[in-house]
Amino acid sequence: MAVQYLAANRFGLGRRFDDLAIGDPKMWLSRQLGDYDPAPAATAGLAGRATIATAYVEYREDRQAMRRAAAETPMSEEEKGMDPELRRLSRSAIRRHYVEATAARLTAAIATPTPFPERLVHFWANHFAVSADKQTVIGFVGNYENEAIRPHIMGKFSDLLVAAVKHPAMLLYLDQAQSFGPESPFATRVRNRGNRRSPGLNENLAREILELHTLGVRTVYTQADVTAFAKALTGLTVAGLGRGAGQRLMPSDAEPGATVFIAPLHEPGAQTLLGRRYGAAGAAQAEAILRDLAVHPATARHIATKLARHFTADDPPGALVDRLAADFLKTGGDLASLYRALIASPEPWVAAPTMFKSPWDWTVSMLRALKIPALGEKQNVAAMFTQLGQPIWRPGSPAGYDDKVATWAGSAGLMQRVELASRIAARIGDRVDPRQLAPLVLADALSPETGQAIARADSPGQGIAMLFASPMFLRR
Amino acid sequence: MILSRRSIILSGITVAAAGTLPVFAYAAAATPRRLVFIIQRGAADGLATVAPTGDPAFAAARRTLADETASGAKLDTMFTLHPALATTAGLYSGQQAHFAHAVATAYRDRSHFDGQNMLEGGGSRPYGRSDGWVGRLLTLLPTAERAAIAIAPAVPLALRGTVQVGTYAPSRLPQADGDLIAGLSALYAEDPLLHPLWDSAVKTQELAGDIGGNNGRNGADLGKLAASLMLPADGARVMMVETGGWDTHSGQRGRLNAQLRGLDQLIGALQSGLGPAWNDTLVIVATEFGRTVEVNGTGGTDHGTASTAMLLGGSLALGGKVSADWPGLTPAERLDGRDLRPTRSLESVIAAAVAHHYALDPKRVMTTLYPDA
Repeated sequence: MAVQYLAANRFGLGRRFDDLAIGDPKMWLSRQLGDYDPAPAATAGLAGRATIATAYVEYREDRQAMRRAAAETPMSEEEKGMDPELRRLSRSAIRRHYVEATAARLTAAIATPTPFPERLVHFWANHFAVSADKQTVIGFVGNYENEAIRPHIMGKFSDLLVAAVKHPAMLLYLDQAQSFGPESPFATRVRNRGNRRSPGLNENLAREILELHTLGVRTVYTQADVTAFAKALTGLTVAGLGRGAGQRLMPSDAEPGATVFIAPLHEPGAQTLLGRRYGAAGAAQAEAILRDLAVHPATARHIATKLARHFTADDPPGALVDRLAADFLKTGGDLASLYRALIASPEPWVAAPTMFKSPWDWTVSMLRALKIPALGEKQNVAAMFTQLGQPIWRPGSPAGYDDKVATWAGSAGLMQRVELASRIAARIGDRVDPRQLAPLVLADALSPETGQAIARADSPGQGIAMLFASPMFLRR
Repeated sequence: MILSRRSIILSGITVAAAGTLPVFAYAAAATPRRLVFIIQRGAADGLATVAPTGDPAFAAARRTLADETASGAKLDTMFTLHPALATTAGLYSGQQAHFAHAVATAYRDRSHFDGQNMLEGGGSRPYGRSDGWVGRLLTLLPTAERAAIAIAPAVPLALRGTVQVGTYAPSRLPQADGDLIAGLSALYAEDPLLHPLWDSAVKTQELAGDIGGNNGRNGADLGKLAASLMLPADGARVMMVETGGWDTHSGQRGRLNAQLRGLDQLIGALQSGLGPAWNDTLVIVATEFGRTVEVNGTGGTDHGTASTAMLLGGSLALGGKVSADWPGLTPAERLDGRDLRPTRSLESVIAAAVAHHYALDPKRVMTTLYPDA
């Protein structure tokens, strides 16, 4: 049984060479639930929503000016390969907010004394995925994880859901900021003025909440439920981005980047969802729906399945899913209780690690092992994970990154890991003895074959690369 | 006399660094003629490389990719060169480039490996020969001009034959990592997931000269390396350069642009690296087959038949010309309704160019290079 390795890698983010011995793995994990700090030091200096929103507006307004300036400023080597739009973007402040947040995320992951909750932060950010594909979203993605996800991963699922849905990154990513009640006072007024292009409903966010965040695809909901939910969500938008039909109705005291509810955009009347009538007016309507969705049995099953998969296998054991779903229903979606049920379950504690680490997991565990605090320049972090095939906060789809072995186990990806391990090992050189590092990092998963291969390496650097490319270290 | 398999850091290669390599033990060449065969593995799209913009059916068939070549050099009333091939366009206007269009080997199916085997072996069917056309050409050359080398981890089929040939393997990995790769191969041997992945990763790395990467500079580095191996008096006279990454099934616009930019820089670095020797150098660029006339659903093109071959160098017979017996692009004019129809054999193009370059009897060259034709 590789319980030490599983605790450190399946549940945690990999062992640092000088970490104290784990001891009892289940106690080690449970203790982290209490020690969790929702605001790690690494994220402290990052920009707030107002700064990010202002940066976006400036980017958009200055685009013309930047176009002119770009023609005069000599290009860096990196910029030469970019298309012009990306080049302008890369010079803008919103891109800088993204770069700084990715670097902070990596620093937090390497530094954290509570790697199990830190993994859960990554898990939930991917469950409620936003993707930095849209210019409006890029600057906000880091803030989203730090302000909507981190504070809520130990509380109720409903609070996590509401925080994620109401964050500007989500509202902008899934087009909520452009969705208006078809019969709202605002739309009616536009229509009465004879404007043929009357503002209307956008179902994107409503559908993805039902399909991805709560009930799960092809479960209990219908198209009518999607439409009703989309109507209930109208009125929610983001202040200070200076564009779109609702902006003139924005309260003058609204902070840029703040989530606001604008009543004249909201669809009036009751909505019926999953057979239940929601009569509350205004913002309370959507919130009531969200809180009911959060404790629905289909949601319990969906969350239980995804969590069980993340800690066992592509097809998680049915008994574990049942147990987690039951716990979720019993506690009304208490997440800490769910994690305790997971730790206490036998299914994750298999004989040997079988899941393939994602590029993020693998890189973080390597850097933790060596206690390398950072990777040179901040912009290297984002570029490196893009190269490894898992750009940070950019899964390209609201479904997030897939969580299966086949997603990450590819031949080119494997070669890239070996190359990166070689580069890092070359920088470490003979300052670390891989024969001493291997038993600390691989613990009870160190096989005689890997131990021999490392011992026979023709240089310490090659031994280190061998360790990080070893079959066990690639897995969790 | 043979350079053993070695790894070097491709991105850091310079002429000076290459100068520290073991040198060939050949006497100075009696003539300074040199030959470079650049293989484009993966089926390069001849219709985007040398676009028949004057064909009325072109724009409709290529739809979203039709303007890929819009800003490229006009070669004549019919053809436009891809804009990424800027250096090559310069060579063309100086009568130092020739494009042969609608050409194909005798191979008519659409498998990469079979197609490459035919292109290199020069046989009449896949795996019909165990030696290659360059290898057979060497037997026609004076001893002093036979020094041949492939920038590849093993001797490619095209160079195999009775004359011994060297290889030189560039790799982005530091040299020590050849051992790391071997060590990992052993470590993964019993692992059902990692073994096949690693096997394929190592093969791909060996085969694919990633010329498109690093903004084309990989191509330039490769060209510099090739020139540095051919320039010395006792250096190689015949060379084969591997390039991969031409299989543009999706997102062709950006990928092909990067590939061609890499190829262009490779050619440019070769020309400038060889200096005056360029005037007596023939470069042949060819691929196993072309790509479909129509764009597919993912902004790319699928396996086709005829493509374009390039001849470059300082003393071409027909520099500054595109030669084509143009078949047309309407569905009825295509092969199987989908591919550019081949109207001339690639084998005859290669044989004619080689015969001219070495002032050899064209018939003898043809029967030696392509004995089964």
